Amino acid sequence: RRSRESVVGQLNAAVAEFRDADDEEFWERVEEILIASDVGVPTTAKLVQRLEQEALEKNITGAGELRRLLVEHAARMLEGPVEIDLSHRPTVILMVGVNGTGKTTTIGKLARHLPAEKVMFAAGDTFRAAAIEQLQKWGERVGAPVVARERGADAAAVAHDAVEAAKREGVEVLIVDTAGRLHTKINLMAELEKVRRVIGRQLPGAPHEVLLTVDATTGQNGLRQARMFKDVAGVTGVVLTKLDGTAKGGIALAIAEEVGLPIKLVSVGEGVEDLHPFDARQFAEALFGEL
Amino acid sequence: MFDTLSERLNTALEGVRGSGTLTEEQVKKVTREIRLALLEADVNYNVVKEFVGRVRERATGAEVSKALSPGQQVVKIVNEELANLMGGSAHKLSYASRPPTVVMLAGLNGHGKTTAAGKLALFVRKQGKNPFLVACDTYRPAAVDQLKQIGRELGVPVYDEGTDAAPEEIAERGVKAARDGGYDFVIVDTAGRQVVDTEMMEELGRVRRACRPHSVLLVLDVVTGQTAVEVAQAFQEYADFDGMILTKLDGDARGGAALSVVSVTGRPIKFASEGEKMSEFDYFYPDRMAGRILGMGDVLTLIEKA
Ligand SMILES: Nc1nc2c(ncn2[C@@H]2O[C@H](COP(=O)(O)OP(=O)(O)OP(=O)(O)O)[C@@H](O)[C@H]2O)c(=O)[nH]1
Ligand SMILES: Nc1nc2c(ncn2[C@@H]2O[C@H](COP(=O)(O)OP(=O)(O)OP(=O)(O)O)[C@@H](O)[C@H]2O)c(=O)[nH]1
Ligand SMILES: [Mg+2]
Ligand SMILES: [Mg+2]
Repeated sequence: RRSRESVVGQLNAAVAEFRDADDEEFWERVEEILIASDVGVPTTAKLVQRLEQEALEKNITGAGELRRLLVEHAARMLEGPVEIDLSHRPTVILMVGVNGTGKTTTIGKLARHLPAEKVMFAAGDTFRAAAIEQLQKWGERVGAPVVARERGADAAAVAHDAVEAAKREGVEVLIVDTAGRLHTKINLMAELEKVRRVIGRQLPGAPHEVLLTVDATTGQNGLRQARMFKDVAGVTGVVLTKLDGTAKGGIALAIAEEVGLPIKLVSVGEGVEDLHPFDARQFAEALFGEL
Repeated sequence: MFDTLSERLNTALEGVRGSGTLTEEQVKKVTREIRLALLEADVNYNVVKEFVGRVRERATGAEVSKALSPGQQVVKIVNEELANLMGGSAHKLSYASRPPTVVMLAGLNGHGKTTAAGKLALFVRKQGKNPFLVACDTYRPAAVDQLKQIGRELGVPVYDEGTDAAPEEIAERGVKAARDGGYDFVIVDTAGRQVVDTEMMEELGRVRRACRPHSVLLVLDVVTGQTAVEVAQAFQEYADFDGMILTKLDGDARGGAALSVVSVTGRPIKFASEGEKMSEFDYFYPDRMAGRILGMGDVLTLIEKA
């Protein structure tokens, strides 16, 4: 199995092929960049293998050309549909993810980001202290009404109320917040499934998007998060958050490649304007910026 | 995907049986596997290099025991080196000689500071202290409400000035309020921040100077990847923390970040947070971490059997 093989082994093999070519340091830098960006060993090995193959076929040995090829391969791994389909009335977006990854903040910013006039929020995190107030503050900031019940209420009941309100009031986009939960907590994951189910019952075909927030500083555990949330909550896309920090967010590459989830949005700060559509090419360029 | 270290080593040392020294070739194979296991556990790239270097040195030649097979010998070395690095036993909380003891929390956005503030308050109250919380996050919407709700649930007073004053001023007046009120343990919650935001990092330094903490704790999410080192170094520079709280240990992350950060800063992890309930908080036991990072639970029993 490839995942069991050492990246070093992989890279040494690659270097051997290019021994009389340009730059052996090039390969060490490639490995360092990918591992140090949290891309992880299996995905790094795949990327290097593809690069090696194409380089051999095309007889490419120069570091500059290899770099271009690397960016291209990484971008290809990352390419996916970034659009959020807003054609439904209302379009329902469900936000999910582990604790503290940026769900509530992203919801606030989405109201500004999406090309829709009437956006409504649902305070589906009825668990964490002041989660409802946090969403309400965002609602005030961006002019979105917030459907909420008291703390401790059933999250699915809040979602139910919100879908009804959204239909009644002709809302274009309803975004449902949920409490942060670790993917390992079976009962909490089951609760998420219930929220999803209730939304679907009130509005067939909904939720139309299920977005998973992944913190860019996350290491290899991000893969497990993505797999579990995809299975249980039917995630349709990833929002990569906190990319304004020191982390490169390489785990996104692994998630796109190994879990097959598209990265749809990136978040680069706490401000209302800090949400952008994901650009695979730009992300790949940034990843190999120092190469 | 996550094979245990012992499985990896067994594969790497296939055919090597009985006691004896490892050949250079075998050591090479073995260190490659260790390197891979550490990287998959999110231990920082450079920390891995250093660590593997030390293991290689010890594994080559010298220290060969008759009781252990070469593979087991390597596992034993890895385990010892990990234990050395993480520090042997739990670090107990110390209190200021002149109360109140002031503890300031700092860390990246969303890593669990505010939750840990409440948990620490409950923890010290169980030790007979009289805790007091200070709300210095004036940025995140409803951060003050969050701490106030936590305080209310625990019956611990929370000092706040809303979101209009400067965090360092709130910190200073908060500590004074605690002292005046006769509280002997003050916990200062601060806003989450990214270390590239120099302004915010400098603010943290000002908060530190204003509240003169007995201890500054870096709150770190156990899922943190390769960037943990850079992050910890920056917090060390600006806030000079003396220990850490590792959070979200109730998940299934390997937790290489813990190893990385201890290795580069020399600061111990003091507390473990593992859940959203206020009671899910305890001293950190370093010996448990080695097994978690490398999946070595089985290996230790293997050694004991030998
Ligand atoms: N620097 C930075 N901070 C962010 C970003 N996105 C969110 N945050 C911050 O991260 C912290 C957590 O964000 P939340 O939106 O509360 O995260 P959450 O997933 O809703 O958290 P829970 O509901 O507690 O699970 C807050 O301090 C946010 O301001 C980002 O892109 N960059
Ligand atoms: N499962 C689990 N969740 C935790 C733990 N510690 C904190 N959380 C959750 O993580 C999320 C973020 O926690 P906070 O305490 O708000 O984090 P913070 O560092 O104060 O966040 P900012 O102030 O926005 O930077 C919340 O949903 C908490 O309930 C833990 O040990 N385990
Ligand atoms: Mg939230
Ligand atoms: Mg906080």
